[in-house]
Amino acid sequence: MLDGPSVVAALKECGVTDVIWIPDSELGMWEPALSSNAELRLIRVCREGEAIAVAAGLLLGGRRPVVAIQCTGLFEAGDTLRNVVHDMKLPLFMIVGLRSYYAYQQKKTSDTCPVFAEPIVRAWQIPYTIFDRGHTASDLSQVYRQAQAENRAAIVCLAE
Amino acid sequence: MTMTLREALEVLAAHRGQRIVITTMSPIAPWRELSDTPLDFAYIPSAMGQAPALGLGLALARPERGAIVVNGDGCMLMNLGSLVSIAHNPANLYLLIIDNGHYEVTGGQPTAGAGHADFAGLAHAAGIQRVYSFDNVQTWRTGAAEALSGTGPVAIWLKVEAKMGQKTPSPPQPMGEQIARLREALRT
Repeated sequence: MLDGPSVVAALKECGVTDVIWIPDSELGMWEPALSSNAELRLIRVCREGEAIAVAAGLLLGGRRPVVAIQCTGLFEAGDTLRNVVHDMKLPLFMIVGLRSYYAYQQKKTSDTCPVFAEPIVRAWQIPYTIFDRGHTASDLSQVYRQAQAENRAAIVCLAE
Repeated sequence: MTMTLREALEVLAAHRGQRIVITTMSPIAPWRELSDTPLDFAYIPSAMGQAPALGLGLALARPERGAIVVNGDGCMLMNLGSLVSIAHNPANLYLLIIDNGHYEVTGGQPTAGAGHADFAGLAHAAGIQRVYSFDNVQTWRTGAAEALSGTGPVAIWLKVEAKMGQKTPSPPQPMGEQIARLREALRT
């Protein structure tokens, strides 16, 4: 189970410097931990494509950012994702909330987000891991460190 | 008196100092004729409308250096929300909005904002405190020193003449080489 304090601790331990985000209702619960930590800069933007482009600028400038958004925003941000990951080849790291994932598994939703989220991430050719309720902040650290070690982009899809 | 894109960029070249300069679309080629240092970043291939956000990230990462983004009006219209993000996350970012009312590189079609979008008003309403407007080269020459000094964020709206028949810009160097030389310059 990921919660705000454990995520912040994991990100700090990994050397993450900035979190650029547009929260959804699940990620939003991390707000108190993220906004109260002086060592981790929280950058609020207006659209998800912007979040990715800000992260690109931070990476060029030597920082270690993480983008946290919902899958709906990922859908909107495709052009920027393409540019930053495949043209600029920057090691973008994202945490993406998968809206209605559990309800979809139980056939209890008509939300189309779960139908398209994984195929779209695969289409963008970015390695991803789905985190369910059993995953911990330690798992998050591990995925982040591996992506950084391989100098590549990665997405943690957080089942919601 | 009006202002050509070339004239607008010549004034910028005289005042950019040691800041990073990010160019997009039509300004890429003429800017390269004026300056081609590791701190000049031609954002191509690009993500549509994301140069201000890229510049914001760089300016936040390197506050001592600062970044200038030379953005077009068409690009700006694609991401007006970035004005709010720039205001909300103060950094030494200097955003030039080069307004000719047209998409030059696609054949000169008018933008949706041509002739009525008030980019200075939009920037100010978004919360950017330092906003400047220049519609001729004389006033831009006179005001550039002030506009491009001090702390950011700053938005500068430059109305320039449209120039039809422009070609789609091409990258001056492969993106990987541009990134490598920018990173190297930022290490020193």
